[in-house]
Amino acid sequence: MADKTIDARGLSCPQPVLLVMENMKKLAKGTLEVLVDTDTSRENVSRAARMEGWEVAQEEKTEDGYRMILEKKN
Amino acid sequence: MKGNVLATRWGIVLVGASIGVIAPLLQKLGNPANMGICVACMERDIAGALGLHRAGVVQYLRPEILGFVLGAFLAAVLFKEFRPRGGSAPVARFFLGMCAMIGALVFLGCPWRALLRLAGGDGNAILGLAGLATGIWIGTLFFRGGYSLGRSSPQSKSVGLMIPLLMAGLLVLRLAYPPVEGQAASGILFYSLQGPGAARAPLLVSLAAGLIIGVLAQRSRFCTMGGIRDLILFRQLHLFSGMVALVVVAWVVNLILGQFHPGFEKQPVAHSQHLWNFCGMMVAGLAFALAGGCPGRQLFMAGEGDNDAGVFVLGMIIGAAIAHDFGLASSPQGVGPNGIAGLAVAMGICLFIGLTNLRRS
Repeated sequence: MADKTIDARGLSCPQPVLLVMENMKKLAKGTLEVLVDTDTSRENVSRAARMEGWEVAQEEKTEDGYRMILEKKN
Repeated sequence: MKGNVLATRWGIVLVGASIGVIAPLLQKLGNPANMGICVACMERDIAGALGLHRAGVVQYLRPEILGFVLGAFLAAVLFKEFRPRGGSAPVARFFLGMCAMIGALVFLGCPWRALLRLAGGDGNAILGLAGLATGIWIGTLFFRGGYSLGRSSPQSKSVGLMIPLLMAGLLVLRLAYPPVEGQAASGILFYSLQGPGAARAPLLVSLAAGLIIGVLAQRSRFCTMGGIRDLILFRQLHLFSGMVALVVVAWVVNLILGQFHPGFEKQPVAHSQHLWNFCGMMVAGLAFALAGGCPGRQLFMAGEGDNDAGVFVLGMIIGAAIAHDFGLASSPQGVGPNGIAGLAVAMGICLFIGLTNLRRS
């Protein structure tokens, strides 16, 4: 179970990354579930996560985009 | 990035470098100086070709723009990224497109041309780029304050096809009514006999260049506004490195081709009113930021089926018509008779859209 789910579907740049960054900073560590609808958002979120020291633990295609699990253990 | 080499750091540098080669070559082959590619100028020329404005020196149905959308469409279909979507504040995005075009035509170029002007030695581009960065910085303040035009939602395939089909239709018009030597019109299309609109690379070269860039930019997500925005907002160099590659490579190619002429005065299709060069691009930068992409990126997203980007593109084309019909566009002599007033209105519209769409969750 993720600590928080962020639904960034349908949002244009840079909002998905902004939302994810804000929540990564707030949580500091843990698990974030992120829903995006485009490949661009998926790539941007992955890049931002890695930059902040988080890893993309899981990524799966859904009916309307992608579901990503971001993780930071410590 | 899994499976997408062009979305890596080196990928985006490669794409920027490719544009840096292609644009000066287009100039060598006939496009206007420092205007191998300029999304704003080329959409303005298309508006003129269709008779939406009657500025005789800027009328030509630029095949590069059609290629941008159709190339992005092909890439999106091929890589299963064609995703019809839309419905996020279309009218606001239309107005942002108009404002972006008005600002760009006060400066005389979009961010792509600002980079190409710099690479050609035009010092006025420095003012334009500073204005662009300032406008984008203002945009980031709105984003930090919770600015959003709301979510788009999935649309039907046919809705996603609208802009690619429009571009295909324009291509049919271009083929049906080719330019005729010495004639200012062919069928329903207008063709400039002098000025920038009369400077054009051969059809197939322009179209091929547009298609190649369309494919590359769709895959890499190349965005000249995003480059500066991400640098300011996230201290991220990814997209910015593509812009740097574009300038450096275009500068080298210009040197090789004898197209580098440093200075401020008498630069091609440019004026030296520094304040208005700055302010023009500031307004354009803010409009691009609020709409989520530079004018090129909006074309590529429209090719992916994004109707909101498509509406922005249409806003830019109509904005170009208005800019020329109402005397807002600059010329090498300086700003147009109503350029400053137009710029003030455009800035007001952008600020209004920004301030009234702050949604804190």
